[in-house]
Amino acid sequence: MSAATQRRPKGLVIVSTGFVILWLILAAFPFVWTMWGSFKVEADFFSKADWTYALTGVRTTVETGAPFTGNGYYGAWVTNEFWRAVMNTMIIVVSVVVISLTLGTLGGYALARSGYRYAFWILMAALVFRAMPHITLVSGYLLPFFQWNLWGHLPTTIIVLVAINQPFTLWMLHSFFLNIPKDMDESAMVDGCTRFQAFRYVIIPVMWPGVITTGLFSFLLAYNDFAVTSMLLSRENQTMVPKIASFLGSTFDAGNVMYAVAAVVSAMLPLFVLVLFFQRQIVSGLTAGAVKG
Amino acid sequence: MPHRTFFWFMFPSLLAMILFIALPIGSVMTQSLFVKHDQVTIVTENCGPFGCQEEVVVDVEATRALQEADPLGRFNGFGTYTDRNHLAFAEVSEAWNTTESWSEFGSFLMNLPFYRALAFTLSYTAIVTPFVIVLGLAIALGVNSLPRIVKGPTIFISLLPMIVTPLIGGLVLFWMVDADGILGAALQNIFDDPRLSVKASAPLTWLMLFIYGIWHSAPFAFVVFYAGLQTVPSETLEAAQIDGANRWQRIRYVTIPYMMPLVVFVILIQLMDNFRVFEPIVAFSAQANASSLSTFIYDDLRGDTALFGSAAATSMMTIVGVCILLSPVLLRTWRDFNRKRA
Repeated sequence: MSAATQRRPKGLVIVSTGFVILWLILAAFPFVWTMWGSFKVEADFFSKADWTYALTGVRTTVETGAPFTGNGYYGAWVTNEFWRAVMNTMIIVVSVVVISLTLGTLGGYALARSGYRYAFWILMAALVFRAMPHITLVSGYLLPFFQWNLWGHLPTTIIVLVAINQPFTLWMLHSFFLNIPKDMDESAMVDGCTRFQAFRYVIIPVMWPGVITTGLFSFLLAYNDFAVTSMLLSRENQTMVPKIASFLGSTFDAGNVMYAVAAVVSAMLPLFVLVLFFQRQIVSGLTAGAVKG
Repeated sequence: MPHRTFFWFMFPSLLAMILFIALPIGSVMTQSLFVKHDQVTIVTENCGPFGCQEEVVVDVEATRALQEADPLGRFNGFGTYTDRNHLAFAEVSEAWNTTESWSEFGSFLMNLPFYRALAFTLSYTAIVTPFVIVLGLAIALGVNSLPRIVKGPTIFISLLPMIVTPLIGGLVLFWMVDADGILGAALQNIFDDPRLSVKASAPLTWLMLFIYGIWHSAPFAFVVFYAGLQTVPSETLEAAQIDGANRWQRIRYVTIPYMMPLVVFVILIQLMDNFRVFEPIVAFSAQANASSLSTFIYDDLRGDTALFGSAAATSMMTIVGVCILLSPVLLRTWRDFNRKRA
């Protein structure tokens, strides 16, 4: 479209830009505010007297001698062993991503290349499974896991998270595989490859963008999960999100809320870095399912 | 692809889904038919100087033995489904006969835990979904007309509410609107009521949870619609302009119809995600004023004595709800699939 027809009236530009700016403030301010507040003491961040205390840090200066303090972080990471939860989260997230992608690429490829009716039924069942609240499944796990002594361990949670993520992973990879022309693997097979060799040496190399995008979403699902990790892990195996929830529920010691604030900020930052580096993949992943129906 | 190859490719993934999704549904189904054992009691006669008294004592040892021998509990059929904490047939039919007006009947229903959770879940789904669509579309149109250089950072910031862990996002908002947080204190100042607290009032809690839901999901709708806007053919827009359509008419009659499949997609995903609303309620510790089906199950499982039967019955009904919610989509996809094959 030419530049002349593109031009908008001034009023409209102001309204629409103002609206976007308003939205950006709504989206970012809560995070900025919490990050700022995590370096204060509770009496400032939750100030009964005057909200500007949170900006100037009056009580923080009185209590610690400086307008900023790392007490919340020290209390969370060292005193309450948040580092242990971080390690557990890393173990779980990495294992879930690797296993989900391995199972998902195999299954998604098969679903994309098979025209039979049962492939369709598997996809439909996966759609229903994806819609199910995770907590309903957790209520099915608990009793058997208690009986068989499977409860509380990291491997159990990893396998459960992989299985719960499978429907989503299958759908996403399936739609990426549909984009790769069938001729590629067929010609590889004409050249003497087996089906698996064609998959491994011809299809996977061109699938990397799709695999990375799906991996990102598996990462997010595992990292953000609360229902499964809070119910299936014992106290010493807790990951970050249930650990934060336990900061809130446990005691009413002074400053305990600030531990939770510091832990929340610590858990948020990796996600921000992730979006910073993989924004393009996340956007393409969100739209992948949509544009192709 | 031959059946055999398909099977081997599909096997690991299928095994995981059968073991950890399909079988647990069976387990939920079974558990929902059982309730916890009654405590074993023994009647002992206690004789003192003032004659003998019969006393009922719980036999802890025997209760534990029974529990260990049969961990599922006592068979109860569909009793759990119809008891007071779930569908409450007896209470509802009595209220139906005794209450005079619809509002009285409604408020009676809202006192029953299952109906309250169902009402919140349905209202959350029904209110958040349309707002997300409209807000997402508005942001997408706004961002689309920005200069190219600021688009990247704008999308980055817009993604944050969606990417951040729901529990963490909920906590961040909750700390702000709590009575001592910055927004909560501001509200108290505006309304000049020092006792005003979002947490204490049921309607305000509901409103806050709805706002959280819209804030959390709008970025998803925005990204999908923004990507869709890039593919609207400019020829059609130009043709509409030559025919005299103004800016609003071009959006209404060209852009929106073109984006309709995307709108359907976002609605579908939003219905699924909003129906299982869970983390924000835990983050706002709002169970007293608002409970969803998911938090209802969660609270049953977490209490001092986990009520597996009750949680399982609610889970079964939630699963049925999901199937009802998805049935139009499944039917449509089935028809499309058959048309494609034919």
